[in-house]
Amino acid sequence: MIVSQVAGRFFTSMRSIRRSQVLIRSHFTYYPSSLGTGKKMNMFNAINNAMDLALSDDKSTLLFGEDVGFGGVFRCSINLRDKYGSHRVFNSPLCEQGIAGFAIGVANTGATAIAEIQFADYIFPSFDQIVNEAAKFRYRSGGLFDCGSLTFRVPCGAVGHGALYHSQSPESYFAHTPGLRVVIPRGPIKAKGLLLACVRDPNPCIVFEPKTLYRAAVEEVPTEYYTSELGKADILRVGKDVTLIGWGTQVHVLLEVAELAKIHLNVDCEVIDLVSILPWDTTLICTSAQKTGKVIIAHEAPFTQGFGSELASYIQEKCFFHLEAPVKRVTGWDTPFPHVFEPFYLPDKHRCLSAIQEIVNF
Amino acid sequence: MSFLRKSVHLLGAVARRQQPQQVIRGAISTAARDFSSELPSDYANFPGAKAPFVSKLKLIHPEDYAPIPIYRVMDRDGYIADESQDPQLSREVVEKMFRDMVLLNTMDKILYESQRQGRISFYMTNFGEEASHIGSAAALEMRDLIYGQYREAGVLVWRGFRIDQFIDQCYGNVDDLGRGKQMPVHYGSRELNFVTISSPLSTQMPQAVGAAYAMKLRPENDACVVCYFGEGAASEGDAHAAFNFAATLGCPVILFCRNNGFAISTPSHEQYRGDGIAGRGPMGYGIATIRVDGTDVFAVYNAMKMAREYTLRENKPVVFEALAYRVGHHSTSDDSTAYRPAEEIEVWNSVEHPISKLKRYMVHKGWFDEDAENEFVKDVRKKVLKQIAVSEKKLKPNWREMFEDVYAEMPDHLVAQQKELEKHIEAHKEHYPLKNFKQ
Repeated sequence: MIVSQVAGRFFTSMRSIRRSQVLIRSHFTYYPSSLGTGKKMNMFNAINNAMDLALSDDKSTLLFGEDVGFGGVFRCSINLRDKYGSHRVFNSPLCEQGIAGFAIGVANTGATAIAEIQFADYIFPSFDQIVNEAAKFRYRSGGLFDCGSLTFRVPCGAVGHGALYHSQSPESYFAHTPGLRVVIPRGPIKAKGLLLACVRDPNPCIVFEPKTLYRAAVEEVPTEYYTSELGKADILRVGKDVTLIGWGTQVHVLLEVAELAKIHLNVDCEVIDLVSILPWDTTLICTSAQKTGKVIIAHEAPFTQGFGSELASYIQEKCFFHLEAPVKRVTGWDTPFPHVFEPFYLPDKHRCLSAIQEIVNF
Repeated sequence: MSFLRKSVHLLGAVARRQQPQQVIRGAISTAARDFSSELPSDYANFPGAKAPFVSKLKLIHPEDYAPIPIYRVMDRDGYIADESQDPQLSREVVEKMFRDMVLLNTMDKILYESQRQGRISFYMTNFGEEASHIGSAAALEMRDLIYGQYREAGVLVWRGFRIDQFIDQCYGNVDDLGRGKQMPVHYGSRELNFVTISSPLSTQMPQAVGAAYAMKLRPENDACVVCYFGEGAASEGDAHAAFNFAATLGCPVILFCRNNGFAISTPSHEQYRGDGIAGRGPMGYGIATIRVDGTDVFAVYNAMKMAREYTLRENKPVVFEALAYRVGHHSTSDDSTAYRPAEEIEVWNSVEHPISKLKRYMVHKGWFDEDAENEFVKDVRKKVLKQIAVSEKKLKPNWREMFEDVYAEMPDHLVAQQKELEKHIEAHKEHYPLKNFKQ
C-alpha cells in the first residue's frame, strides 16, 4: 500500500516534470548575430528602442493599436506613452479593420503611423484595408496620394502552445499583394534595423515579428539609429553543398541543422535568412542555388501556397541547369496550427536534417 | 423622481460607502442596511456604463425613441419656412450653387448617354443628390480634406474640378490625373484636397478618421475632414470602426451619410431597422448628430456650417445624415425600374428635385433668368460634347506606366517584368492596341 502510494506520487511528479518540460520546450536554439556592439537587449527591448527613436526622430510619428498604451501585451511599447504623451502613443478600440484604416488615413496626411496588430492571427479583419487600400493607394491615384509612411507591426509564428490563433505565419497571403513590403526579423539587431527602415520607407510595410523571440533572443544591439536594408537577404553561414533558406525563428533551426549536417553527414550547408518576403532578394538566392545546386526551403506556415512555393518555382525557372536535385520544402503541414500536436507540426531540426540527407542522396 | 433627486441620493451613497473605513467598529451593519435600502435609487459603479439602477424589468424598444427630425430651411415650393434659418447667401453664391448643380446634372446626362453608346466603359450619375454635394461643399474650406464614396462629383465641381478633368478621367487618357488606372468616376485631386475614390465601400471611413486625428495634432489646426458614404455602405464593418474610432479618439471629422433610400436594388428597410444612420450617432457611439433634408441646399449648407464649427471647436466628430432619393439608376450597369416603380422616381425627379427647389427659390427672389439659364445649359452641353470628342481622341498613357507607382520606386522584379513585356510587345506588336497609347 505504502509502496504503491510512493510509486503513485513518484509517477505523478514525473508526469508533472515531463509536462513542464513540454511547456518550456522550444524547438530552436537561438544563434545571436555577432555584428552588434551596444547594449544587451532582447527583441522586445530592441523594438522598444527602435520605436523610441522613431518617435523622437519625427514628431509626426504616432504609435497605436490594442493595449499599446500601457506597454503592449508583449511589452514592446513600454514607457513610450509616458515619454511621448497619450496623444502620440495610444490604445485603439478593439477592431483590426479600424486600426488599419486609421493608419492609412494618418499616413495619407504625411504623418508617420506605426500600427500594431496584436497577433498575426488577427490581421485578417484588416486584410481588405491592407490589400485593397494600403497596397494600392499610390497606384490607383496615379501617385497623387499614398500611405507610404505607415508600418504594421505584427507578432507572428509558433510559440510552443499558441494553437490555432496565436501561432500563424500569414506572410504568404501578403506576398501576393503588389504594393506591400513584408519583412521578418530573426533577432533584436535585425528587428530594430528593419523596423526603422520600414518606418522611413515610402511604402506601406508589414513587419512580422516572431513572438517566441521577444524574450528568448538576446544580442548586443547598437543604441543609436541605424537601418537594415530592405529587400536584401543575409548569408548567415557559408557552405558549398546545400542551400538552406528560412526566415524568422526558422533561421535558428536551420543554423543548428547546418551544424548537425556537418557533424553527422559531413555536408557543408549555406544558411540564408531571406529577411524580406516582398520584394525578395532574387539575386542572392539564385547565386547560392547555382553554387550548391541543392536547395531546401523551410518555413512554419503550411506547405501549399506557402512562400516556399514562390521561391522553389523561381529557383527552378532561373537555375534549372544548376540544380542537381528537386528543390525541397520542409514546412508546416496543410492543417490549422494545432495545440498539443505542435511538436509534430513544426518543420523542426530533425525533419530538416532528414531533408538534407534526402537531397544529398538524390 | 427627478434626475437631480437621484444625484443627491447618489452623493449620499458614495459618502456612506467611503465611511466604513473610518467607523468600521460597529458601524458595518447599519451602513450595510443603509446601502441596501438605497440600492434602487443609486447609480451603478460599473466601469462599462454610468446609469441608475432600476428594479422594474423593462425591455428598451426602438419605438421608445422618437425618430431624429429632419432639418429643412426651404419647402418644396422654394419658400423659407423660418426666416431665422435663411443663410442669407449672396445672389452670387446662390447662383454658383445653382449653376454647379445644373452643370453636374447636364454633364451626368451626356456622360450617361455616352456610356450607353459604348464610348466610355462605365458611369454613375448624381441625379437627385446634387444639393447634398453642393450645399456641403459650399460650407467647407478648401483646406478641409474630402474622402468620398463615388457619388460626390458635385463636391469636385464646387471646388473647381474642370469638365476636361472629369472626362479625361472617364477615358483614362494621357491627361487623366489617375493615369488611366481606375474605372470611370474614380476621381481624385491633390490640388482640390479630394482623396482619390476607390471601389471598396466604406474603406475610406476609418481612413478619414485617421487623417482627421493626424490633422488635429498639427499646431493651430483649422481644417477638418469630411467623409461621404451611402446608407448601404454604413452597413459595412468599416463604418462601425470609423464611428467608434472617431468618437473614442476625438477626431475632427464629419461623417456625411447620403441616405438615398437604395443600395443598388436593396431598399433601406432591408439595410437597417433602426432610425436611419443618424439614429446610430448619439446613443450608439456618443457622437453629435444631425439629420437634414438632402434636397434642400440651404439646409445642408447651414448644417454643414454648424458641423464644421463644432467639429473644429471640440475636436469631436459629427454624424451627418442627408436624406434624398437616388433618382438615377445605381450605375450604367443597372436598370432600377426592375426594383422600383417609375412613378415613384418621377416624383423625386420633379417636385422634390433639389434643382427645382432652388430654382423656385431663385424665382421668388427675382434672381432667376430663364434665358440665361437655357444659355448656360446649352453652353455646358456644348463644352461637355466637345470635351468628349477631344478626350476620346487623346492617347492613353504609355503602357509602361502600368508598372509605375506600385511602389515609390520600381523594384527590380518589376523592372524585369516591364522589360519582359517590352520584348514580347516588340515581337508581337500587331496583336496590341499600341496606336492608342503614348509611346
